[in-house]
Amino acid sequence: MAKFKKDGGRPTPAINTSALPDIVFMLLFFFMVATKMRDKEMKVKTQLPTATEVEKLEKKSRLHYIFVGPPLNAEFGTSPRVQLDDAFATVDDIQQYITLKNGEKDEKEVPFMTTSLKADKTVKMGIITDIKQELRQVNALKLSYTASKEVKD
Amino acid sequence: MGSRRRDIPEINAGSMADIAFLLLVFFLVTTTMDIPTGLQVALPPISEEPPEDSKQKKREVLEVLVNAADQLLVEGSPLTIDRLQQKTIDHLTNEGKDPTLSTTSTAAIVSLKNDRGTSYDMYVQVYNELTAAYNRVRNDYSMQEYGKSYKDLDPQRDKDKIKAVKKKYPRKLSEAEPVSIGGE
Repeated sequence: MAKFKKDGGRPTPAINTSALPDIVFMLLFFFMVATKMRDKEMKVKTQLPTATEVEKLEKKSRLHYIFVGPPLNAEFGTSPRVQLDDAFATVDDIQQYITLKNGEKDEKEVPFMTTSLKADKTVKMGIITDIKQELRQVNALKLSYTASKEVKD
Repeated sequence: MGSRRRDIPEINAGSMADIAFLLLVFFLVTTTMDIPTGLQVALPPISEEPPEDSKQKKREVLEVLVNAADQLLVEGSPLTIDRLQQKTIDHLTNEGKDPTLSTTSTAAIVSLKNDRGTSYDMYVQVYNELTAAYNRVRNDYSMQEYGKSYKDLDPQRDKDKIKAVKKKYPRKLSEAEPVSIGGE
């Protein structure tokens, strides 16, 4: 004969959460792989201009970065400065920098190297023109005015 | 019946998820997913020879000047930035109709000249409009000829089509050597 338990009915079984860590780890690995830690410490402010016709740049390994903008630290003044890697530089250092960086690359890759120019909106064209001239001197002819995609409203 | 040997207690993995979540959140926050984007430019190589385009007919060249006060002068008359794209498109697709604009699209040149005192923001905007004009005319031409926009042409399969569009509307955007008038 049926005999009822005191508490009545079967207790709801606990949901098996042992697979939860697996799922979370999967997500974790995805983000770990996708993350690119900021490797350069910014010394200049670069508020990028916006544009509608921007194109995606190729691989990050094929980029040189040049930053131009007013220094974040007001101790260094307010006039725009050039930053290469982690340090302040002058326009005259660019040739050497590009040559040095190209030397580290595979020879075949050099013609595909693009210079990504990250300049602040407020910078005047004078310094940009000088940089362009320097780049032409070292035959680094692929340039990209880094700009963020303008959202059409 | 009681076992003599004590069972090894199961390791409680419940908090494993917590630890993993913690790490996950850390990486979520630190991740910057920004894909670098920018306006692509091909700089002209430095040559010792003086440019030979001095014989270039004036009507083929659309002169765009930006001064130190970020004002635009197109073909000698002031223009606002939002009308620059249309003006450029008119120039490129003129095909000899307007006597002041280009005779054919293949000969049309856009010449951009800026002052050393022009702001970078303005320059990028102008450059963007000019690029947009080229992209528009190429798109329209490709649409009309092949029923596909220029962007959608496959670089492998439609190689000839891309070539044809580029030949019809070559990107002749020349930038003058820098001058300084207004000061920085």
